[in-house]
Amino acid sequence: MGELLVTKTAAGLRNLLDAGDVSAVEVAQAHLDHIEATDDQLKAFLVVMRESALTKAREVDARIADGAGAGLLAGIPVALKDIFTTRAVPTTCGSKILEGYRPPYDATVTSRLDAADAVLLGKTNMDEFAMGSSGENSAYQLTTNPWDLERVPGGSSSGSGAAVAGFQTPLAVGTDTGGSVRQPAAFSGVVGAKPTYGRVSRYGMIAFASSLDQASPFARTVTDAAWMLEAIAGHDPMDSTSIPEPFPNLREGLEAGVGGMRIGVVREFFESEGLEPGVRDRTQEAIQRLSKLGAQIVEVSLPHAVYGVSAYYLIAPSECSSNLSRFDGVRYGLRVDADSAEEMMAATREAGFGAEVKRRIMIGTYALSAGYYDAYYAQAQRVRTLILRDFAAAFEQCDALISPTAPTTAFRFGDKSDDPLAMYLNDIFTIPASLAGTPAMSLPAGLDEKGLPVGVQVMGPVLGEQVMFRVARALEAEIAFDPTPRGPNALELG
Amino acid sequence: MVLEQATHYEAVIGLEVHVELNTNTKMFCSCAIDFGGEPNTRTCPVCLGQPGSLPVVNGKAVEAAIRLGLALGCDITPVSQFHRKNYFYPDMPKNYQISQYDVPICLGGALTVTTGEGDHRVGITRVHMEEDTGKSLHVGTSGRIHGAEYSLVDYNRAGIPLLEIVSEPDIRTAAQAQAYLAELRAIVLALGISDARLEEGSMRCDANVSLRPVGHTVFGTRAEVKNMNSIRSLGRAIEYEIARQTDLLTHGHRVVQETRHWDEDAGRTSTLRTKETTEDYRYFPDPDLVPVAPDAGWIEKLRAALPELPAAKRRRLVDDVGVGREQAATLVAIGLDGVLEDAVGAGAAAGEAANWLTNEVVAWGNEQDLEPSAAPLTGARLAELLALVSDGTLSKKLARQVLTGVLAGEGSPREVTKARGLEQISDSDAIAAAVDAAIVADPAAAQKVRDGNDKAIGALVGAVMRETRGQANPGLVNQLLRERLLSS
Repeated sequence: MGELLVTKTAAGLRNLLDAGDVSAVEVAQAHLDHIEATDDQLKAFLVVMRESALTKAREVDARIADGAGAGLLAGIPVALKDIFTTRAVPTTCGSKILEGYRPPYDATVTSRLDAADAVLLGKTNMDEFAMGSSGENSAYQLTTNPWDLERVPGGSSSGSGAAVAGFQTPLAVGTDTGGSVRQPAAFSGVVGAKPTYGRVSRYGMIAFASSLDQASPFARTVTDAAWMLEAIAGHDPMDSTSIPEPFPNLREGLEAGVGGMRIGVVREFFESEGLEPGVRDRTQEAIQRLSKLGAQIVEVSLPHAVYGVSAYYLIAPSECSSNLSRFDGVRYGLRVDADSAEEMMAATREAGFGAEVKRRIMIGTYALSAGYYDAYYAQAQRVRTLILRDFAAAFEQCDALISPTAPTTAFRFGDKSDDPLAMYLNDIFTIPASLAGTPAMSLPAGLDEKGLPVGVQVMGPVLGEQVMFRVARALEAEIAFDPTPRGPNALELG
Repeated sequence: MVLEQATHYEAVIGLEVHVELNTNTKMFCSCAIDFGGEPNTRTCPVCLGQPGSLPVVNGKAVEAAIRLGLALGCDITPVSQFHRKNYFYPDMPKNYQISQYDVPICLGGALTVTTGEGDHRVGITRVHMEEDTGKSLHVGTSGRIHGAEYSLVDYNRAGIPLLEIVSEPDIRTAAQAQAYLAELRAIVLALGISDARLEEGSMRCDANVSLRPVGHTVFGTRAEVKNMNSIRSLGRAIEYEIARQTDLLTHGHRVVQETRHWDEDAGRTSTLRTKETTEDYRYFPDPDLVPVAPDAGWIEKLRAALPELPAAKRRRLVDDVGVGREQAATLVAIGLDGVLEDAVGAGAAAGEAANWLTNEVVAWGNEQDLEPSAAPLTGARLAELLALVSDGTLSKKLARQVLTGVLAGEGSPREVTKARGLEQISDSDAIAAAVDAAIVADPAAAQKVRDGNDKAIGALVGAVMRETRGQANPGLVNQLLRERLLSS
């Protein structure tokens, strides 16, 4: 029963729970057991919240038994990237500087999931402060890719992506700053959906790059991702950048198909060197499928998208250099004692931050310095404006865009970790939508010649989540991808 | 810059004033602003800079900024922005301060100040919003962060909204600087946006002082002087700084650009930190906050609802109420103009009422160590007191005693007069015996009066007053003595 349950989607579990065929406790127990059986290999979780998960599941069962209305996610297991604050539960953001930190409050995402009666299984591993594309920058452990344990799961939401791909949970929340949900989703054969910037509250989401960070769901199906996004999205008065408009019902029209839609193919993305043939082929096939389903395929241009990575790696480090200033040993987290306050702060930061975090703080500090601001930060913001206009122009010609999610499939541990530039270029297709603030999602498009999942990216206009999800759902039904990890080095599902 | 030596220098002074707003809650969170709370009890994840927390702008603080801007004749910026000012300090929870930088909420106003030398216009460069920091307590012999054994931080103050008002370098004398600060404070009080107490730090003033040869237009090197806790100490500090810089320049030395600390007890400034190169705060727009774009209709509503400002109030007291120019200035400055107007409305003569307020009530404030405006005196009671004087019930001397009783909360002037038994005795029969006794007791004086020495009557009046414990109507005593000694 337990193994059967973990392969279910959230929608499938909903049916079983509503019919009374299983209890929320059984569902939670099955997933907790599976985590216990697999996490030695996967290392997706930093904290497993067994007791509180079972308590919550019992509450949900009582509510269902009473006939009291149970929400869409009632009794459905979820996992949270360790970037979201959870009251009194350790929250490290993948960093030693927050080792032992227990926040005094819940993030809005945390409390909305709780209000939806989802069962929180635990906190997942991540690149330190969400800086990385492989998970290798976690200060705690290396999360593996369920499809090949010798390969990276992608990052920075490494644990959330791997946990969903490894059937440890049907749903998980990650955060996407430059592709940190879409790229790991692509690498692990699952769905990752970044909504429009401002759709999900950032309150309680530890900031990396404030103008880019967006909480985003992972799921094994497009429908499940839509459910989860509906549960966490919507205006929050605690976040000034939160969009005031109500979040639409994504389930409505999800199955309406792409007939009559115009779907744009981003020319520049296919001209990129470093695009692996397997990725290119699966994406081309996906485009043909859309055409077969009745969509009109048009070629569009995002002429400034090629500068996206350069602009991103100035804007994000600039913001992070300021955002991470608060980690100084004075109020919480690690403190390395020294003779003066200044030396204590320096020693704490020296010991608490990893190499990539320090690199970005230094880049950002430099980019914001007097005399360099205009040449770097201000110039990057101008590029960002141009990319935003590129997207607006493209969406005048079409309803949605399609492209590969990442230029490669999952690479081996250590392959790029000594070459930051090569690592940064893995975000080349995901960064433009992040800079434009537009919604974008990745869904599995098949396997490459190595047997590794390939992700295809569907992008919608600002506030256009409904269209984006409809395209993704149509494509998903046509591709009929089996999300079960398989291959010589795959995770043993037992 | 090297200035040629000159014999006559003029001072160029600009003031930066911080005002702590009296909103119910902090600038970016809903923590109560409540002074005197136990350390770190008025805090939340936002004002403690807990990971993941986000600021949300307090609309009431924006309103206060706009109202002050309107009162100072500034333009209200249609879309202004918050920036982050980045620097590390333990009492700053995020290690950046949310402030406004190149697009502040108010730009370009002016204030006309009056000194003994006449009216002087001081331009206002800008008014901007920012958040306050926490307070550090450095434990150890030095009392400063360097050399402290350990430091304690109280974040109750962190995040309290501040307005910074920056003047143009239009001020030339210490008196003008004092008048500017006093006028700004009066406006802030009239708007009711802060209690603006310099002594307690809810209003803080830094002065940028430089000298240049008279007639030159280029600025000299400036020193920034901090820690003036009263309008008086602002004047003293500027006088000192002008003298110090004059001395340096006339002896061929140069002024160093630095921040200087005013020592009130020693009466001098000393180097706090040198500022040869400006610190790089890496300002950039705060991505957590959307621009502030106040609705034009709202701004006009706020403009229409502005209270009468001190300058207009002074003008009206002089022109319409009939108070002298200096008294009007004093009354507005000490916040007793309302009591004056109420008293006049209740029938008091304006000049008399103003005298009582600017003399007696101010003296009471000094004795009690309270603001004169804290006096528990209504205009109606002041008018009642003055009426008791003019109808002869009280002499001026007795009236002062009655006022003391009123200010001590003993009741209305009539009630105090009665309770203390202070009515002036204006009944001839009641005084007659004392008058007769005085003549009998001092026949020599009586004779001198009879002989035409009018001054001698003073001794007899004094004797009657002593006998009646000061309550006899002195006019009546005089009249009765003359009747008895001169008319027979």
